Amino acid sequence: MKIKLNLGAISEPLQSEKFKTGDWGTHYPVVDKEKCTGCKTCEQYCPDLCIEVKKFNEEKYAVVNYDYCKGCGICSSVCPAEAIKMELKDAFKFEG
Amino acid sequence: MGSKEVVKILIEVRFHGRGGQGAVTAADILAVAGFKEGYYTLSFPMFGAEKRGTPVVSYLRISDEPIVARDEIYNPDYVVVLDPTVMETVNVIAGLKKGGMLISNYPKSSDDLKTKLKADELGIKVATINATKVAMEVLGRPITNTTMVGAFGGATRLVSLETLLDVVNEWFKGELAEKNAKLIEEAYRYMMEVCR
Amino acid sequence: MRKVVRGFYSVAHSVKLCRPNVICAYPITPQTEIVENLAAMYANGELGDCEYITAESEFGAASMLVGASAAGARVFTATCSQGLILMSEVLFNAAGMRLPIVLVNTNRALSAPLSIWNDHQDSIAIRDAGIMQLYVENNQEAHDAIPQAYKVAENRKVLLPFMVCMDGYKLTHAYEPIDLLDQETVDSFLPPYEPAAYMTTKKPLAFGCYAPPHIYMEFRVAMQQAMERAKNVMLDVFKEWAEVSGRDWGGHIAVDFPDSKILVVAMGSVVGLLRKVVEELRNEGLSVGLVKIRTFRPFPVEELREALKDAEKVIVLDRSVSFGYEGPVSIELKSAIYGHSSAEIYSYAVGLGGRDMPKDFLEKLIRDVAEGRERPGFAFKGHQEFEEVIP
Repeated sequence: MKIKLNLGAISEPLQSEKFKTGDWGTHYPVVDKEKCTGCKTCEQYCPDLCIEVKKFNEEKYAVVNYDYCKGCGICSSVCPAEAIKMELKDAFKFEG
Repeated sequence: MGSKEVVKILIEVRFHGRGGQGAVTAADILAVAGFKEGYYTLSFPMFGAEKRGTPVVSYLRISDEPIVARDEIYNPDYVVVLDPTVMETVNVIAGLKKGGMLISNYPKSSDDLKTKLKADELGIKVATINATKVAMEVLGRPITNTTMVGAFGGATRLVSLETLLDVVNEWFKGELAEKNAKLIEEAYRYMMEVCR
Repeated sequence: MRKVVRGFYSVAHSVKLCRPNVICAYPITPQTEIVENLAAMYANGELGDCEYITAESEFGAASMLVGASAAGARVFTATCSQGLILMSEVLFNAAGMRLPIVLVNTNRALSAPLSIWNDHQDSIAIRDAGIMQLYVENNQEAHDAIPQAYKVAENRKVLLPFMVCMDGYKLTHAYEPIDLLDQETVDSFLPPYEPAAYMTTKKPLAFGCYAPPHIYMEFRVAMQQAMERAKNVMLDVFKEWAEVSGRDWGGHIAVDFPDSKILVVAMGSVVGLLRKVVEELRNEGLSVGLVKIRTFRPFPVEELREALKDAEKVIVLDRSVSFGYEGPVSIELKSAIYGHSSAEIYSYAVGLGGRDMPKDFLEKLIRDVAEGRERPGFAFKGHQEFEEVIP
């Protein structure tokens, strides 16, 4: 079977969206909606633009895009309200 | 010539991990250990733009004659997995020889992984150790390479524990050497039991 | 002393023992750790009378080396791929100025598309610069090549830059036991550098001056003569090295099983595995041998004529392409043996941009020729069928 080859290795925009990096880390961030003040500090610091403060009617709090979050923990460490905890993924938990 | 058959061994090992866990260092430590035990060794990374967290591969060849093959390893005798989550996206046992062994960091028992991979049907052996847990306890970080080096040693007995401890003490300094030596010893002895 | 080291280190260690005065480089993968190792040695005070300069580009690195070399320094740099091409304007100058610069090229493919992996397109692209090119098979040969490179380049009969070409990643990143040289051995082989001509503030000189049509050509003829003289100088140096180190890497070419009907010609790190494949095929009764080209510049014309004179089929493995024609090694080999051999030439471009060449691939390549399934001529081997589309 012939593969398709883009002339000149030309690439169209947003190709990196297909490249999910959410499985890279051992830990993942969990946002405590009650504690989150929606200050957007995490948003500023996230190196991969995958935490975003969103509005839900009256509430606003940070939401993690787990498809791309690499689990670096920066959001957790910069959060002034201590609203983000890093949890160990199940795959690394010891059972039995 | 020809009166005595020279037994030539060539053992090929493939390591799977994620950037930052030390899959390359694991292969390197074993290359030095194999060399100290009188073998020719060659370790090399799967070349790419390694980033912390991406699935990475490294290779190790151990032989009693000079190693000339520099191609990738397609049919390893052993596969060592440093991170259990890699198995979700990468077929780590691809090409693993019949009778070969998967030595994996895995939070559950060897039997659990054996069933999951249908290891008996494939004719491969499986041995697991919860290396992330052990590494977190000792190092405080999920860097599993030395634990898996110890596990490889204990499972295969290709290199002795004494040699591995020697190498690790040359490789690391001070507290880090102590901690990694502890990891190697613990994993080595644990795997000797698992593979008994 | 035999020690397990990475390919980078085997080069850096050897460079250190050659007592360079100026090292100037710019990082590029898969070369970076060579100069990183040297930078660490410099920082630790291990390099003696040496300046280490981090350049702002490969162009800058090569330019500073030209200056340093013209001022009488023994110099070193390492680069590859885009870095070598960026250097090339300066390297043509360095050769014309007859400066015995030694550099290591960790062979890597050229863009585009961007590739950091190994083939020979980079060094082959500057084959006409007037720089000697030696291709090594493994890290021990790379380690051994450095003192030899200085000795050849600095010989008054030669005085041209010398480039040691080692396969990126395949060698640079390999971690394996190497017999590391000691200072005494290298000192006994490589005398302290005595530059042929050099400038000082008291005796200023200009290098590579303006040459109008009435005189330019003579300088180029002189370069060709120097290259031709380099052939014999190299043989002497290689021989002396074998005596000093106990390791004989051969001459301009190295031939295994010379009287074979089929001869495979290759350069670089694939040679090791190729030798094993050839040995195994011989055990099956196939008449096949191996020709390893070590020096691509100067090109081993007489040696190849002799080696291939009775061959029936010659398989040439090229790791680069001259687009619109075929593999450069094959082109030159044909030109060299023209009128001296009636062998059929099977010219294959393989392993471009790091495409792996496993054992069974090499085996099939040779079998297909041996068993008559291939026609002489040029072909790419090891690529997928594709259809080019406009995005």
